Amino acid sequence: MPIQYYIFFCLTLFSIGVIGVLTRRNAIIVFMCIELMLNAVNLLLVAFSKMHNGAALQIAPGSTAGIDAQIFVFFIMVVAAAEVSVGLAIIVMMFRNTHSVDINFLNRLKN
Amino acid sequence: MNTLEILFYALSAFAIVSAIMVLVSKNPIHSVLWLILVFFAISGHYIILNAQFLAIVNIIVYAGAIMVLFLFVIMLMNVQSDKEPQKKLLIKFIGVLSGGSLLILLIALVKQTAQLEGKQVLMKEGTIGLIHPLGKALFNDYVLPFEISSVLFLSAMVGAVIIGKK
Repeated sequence: MPIQYYIFFCLTLFSIGVIGVLTRRNAIIVFMCIELMLNAVNLLLVAFSKMHNGAALQIAPGSTAGIDAQIFVFFIMVVAAAEVSVGLAIIVMMFRNTHSVDINFLNRLKN
Repeated sequence: MNTLEILFYALSAFAIVSAIMVLVSKNPIHSVLWLILVFFAISGHYIILNAQFLAIVNIIVYAGAIMVLFLFVIMLMNVQSDKEPQKKLLIKFIGVLSGGSLLILLIALVKQTAQLEGKQVLMKEGTIGLIHPLGKALFNDYVLPFEISSVLFLSAMVGAVIIGKK
């Protein structure tokens, strides 16, 4: 499978995430769209890792080139889990103060 | 067209349709369920790339833990879907327009890149996605980041408890 197909697919998912962040006002949906963007990037990292590994295997059989990208994906998942726990705690606190999850509430932070 | 290509197209179409449904659904709970389907489709992509460890971790961490946390928070807050404030139609249109332009711009950029011509992704073969090589790399070269991530988790846990306690 050519790498371009994976790039197009991941770009589509990423753009859907961007559109979601721009068009929705529910803070939880915005947060979920950010997760969608993270996942698109993860999939693209794995696709590139397999691309480099495939090229390296033709030169040296048994090569583990490209394994770093999969470790990166693992760490991105770790950071995403930590981020979600703190972010949802912030959203719950925001809901407790204002009884809504409207993202426009957060523009009060600027004053 | 062989089986892998059919699987690729089917999983991609499934993921994109589910991702669009995440945005379109009015009810946040439906959005969460559609997003879980997106994560399963991405796990399927990992499996046809023979990244088995990441496929399982994706299902356990994302579809299992993170999305359950989302569902839990939504049900805890009891958000009514009809009371959700909507952006103006013009703002929505501009958002879709700018996101679509970003997509078209990036696709045009990728299509022009000469270095990507003829590069193939190794599917179904290769051993780097299995647990044994990944574990070796993780505990030899990346043991320090691995330990630091435990501190990150601890601080995130403390932060979540302190923010949620008030």
